[in-house]
Amino acid sequence: MGRTTAEKIFDAHLVDEPFPGTKVLRLDAVLCHEITTPIAIDDLIRRDKDRVFDPTKIKAVIDHVTPSKDTKTATQAKILRDWARRHGIKDFFDVGANGVCHALFPEQGFIRPGYTVIMGDSHTCTHGAFGAFAAGIGTTDLEVGILKGVCAFRQPKTIKFNVNGTLPKGVYAKDVILHIIGRIGVNGATDRVMEFHGSTIADMTMESRMTLCNMAIEAGGTSGICMPDMTTVDYLWKFISNDFASKEAALAEYSRWCADADAEYEQIIEIDVATLQPTVTFGYKPDQVKTISEIEGTPLDQIYIGSCTNGRLEDLRIAAQILKGRKLAPTVRGILSPATPAIFKDATREGLIDIFMEAGFCVTNPTCGACLGMSNGVLAEGEVCASTTNRNFMGRMGKGGMVHLMSPATAAASAIEGKIADPRKYL
Amino acid sequence: MKTFGGPVLFLDRSDINTDEIIPAKYLTEITKEDLKPYILEDLKLPGFDPKGPKTGAARVIVSRANFGCGSSREHAPWVFEVNGITAVIAESFARIFRQNMFNCGMAAIELPKADIDLIMSHAEDADAAMSIDIEAGTLTMKGGGQQKSFSFEISPFDKALVLAGGWVDYADKNY
Repeated sequence: MGRTTAEKIFDAHLVDEPFPGTKVLRLDAVLCHEITTPIAIDDLIRRDKDRVFDPTKIKAVIDHVTPSKDTKTATQAKILRDWARRHGIKDFFDVGANGVCHALFPEQGFIRPGYTVIMGDSHTCTHGAFGAFAAGIGTTDLEVGILKGVCAFRQPKTIKFNVNGTLPKGVYAKDVILHIIGRIGVNGATDRVMEFHGSTIADMTMESRMTLCNMAIEAGGTSGICMPDMTTVDYLWKFISNDFASKEAALAEYSRWCADADAEYEQIIEIDVATLQPTVTFGYKPDQVKTISEIEGTPLDQIYIGSCTNGRLEDLRIAAQILKGRKLAPTVRGILSPATPAIFKDATREGLIDIFMEAGFCVTNPTCGACLGMSNGVLAEGEVCASTTNRNFMGRMGKGGMVHLMSPATAAASAIEGKIADPRKYL
Repeated sequence: MKTFGGPVLFLDRSDINTDEIIPAKYLTEITKEDLKPYILEDLKLPGFDPKGPKTGAARVIVSRANFGCGSSREHAPWVFEVNGITAVIAESFARIFRQNMFNCGMAAIELPKADIDLIMSHAEDADAAMSIDIEAGTLTMKGGGQQKSFSFEISPFDKALVLAGGWVDYADKNY
């Protein structure tokens, strides 16, 4: 019988099956940030176990509140920084080199097909875009991951999404995943892996695949997973060119992680993207979605473009294409946070930052900040934000604030009009 | 092993997320104790007061489907723990929250909707309280002069974590 990608990765990393259905896996990458890691570090010290299983497999970044805004956040940053130095963790990204974890770590080539990846962050599912099994976990799982290099999982079932067709004008990976979440619900994939197949995914860039997998958790999914292909190899080539004789050889190696044609799925869902429209959330759950025609005209106070979902270069290019030569509506403010320093530099070089600033946007350093209401763009009570982020929970971007999730294109069009707007008229 | 059972806090809504349990702005606290005043601060439910006496007295939470969805923050189980709440009973849980509970040696117990309906019928009883026997897999709901028992299943691994007092101790011994 054939196997899914997750089943192949589980089989290859199995350390122990202490009870039927519980699998302890060896980890290839343990990712850390300053919000969920310090308490793990503190606990390890308290237990007299301040060790790391392998400093080369641990990657750490200060990204949620950076540069630090007060004594508490500075203390969190310091705990992570001191720990990274103490244990010789070379891949530590401090102020100046830091960016949003789920954009930064892939950009550094840390994620490869077939990997097991954990992080104390729910959007770790992003990294499944590379054909990895990547799951968000809590601080205790992180602590054990740091100490022992293992993590326990229930063997997840897999839902296969066959996504086919050419994306219509103004429709992007963000619209596809919002549509999928709207279809299956916020717990439609709980304890499930979401495997993405089909011509639409094959045509997507790695950036788009990351956007897609990033929001698997919003349907409850353990990991999103895309099949590794030549697009994956091209993205990784600068990191792996010494390991393989040719791109074809790399592809042959990575392809073994692709799901078998006769793999068994719990469910197979067909998505025809040709009929999709720009999609936007309403309400306080990510499965509450409307097409643009049902929600356009909703007044806004703030536009936010950034985050691990949509703060990559491709996203900035799309938004800038719409904003070029245009201005923010006088009733709204716009905030752009390129997700990493490299993205910021590339966007500057391409003239995108000029376009945003001439449109009236404030450009901030790379940080998670506003997405979870911590810094750099928190909403006031009763304010409404058009956001390219991933969560519209009540109070998410600030107590009493309302968040509408959408693509960078829809956010850019909405910035111009000061209300939720259809990007297609600007493309 | 932690103790399980006591006065019940009824949160009769599905999809209660971790931002509602503990807002992100408090994730800058370095100790679990410091989270204590902020329990369920952003949860808006009719008749629910996060600072009220029912919240303070509660040792068990009963809720609906997909409890604990959203962020991976273990601050959600921690804010319950430092407030004396060591068990959540719900129709279903989000994966990360559920595992975080067991990893801390606490209990996330699933019951069918019909059972939750019966338990929720005690929401107005001033003396509503639950006793939970993890080893036997049974819980008893008392209130308003009535008493009813339910059986539940948790995975053998999760039970082992509760008995071991959490995942760090378990993993350190075994791996």
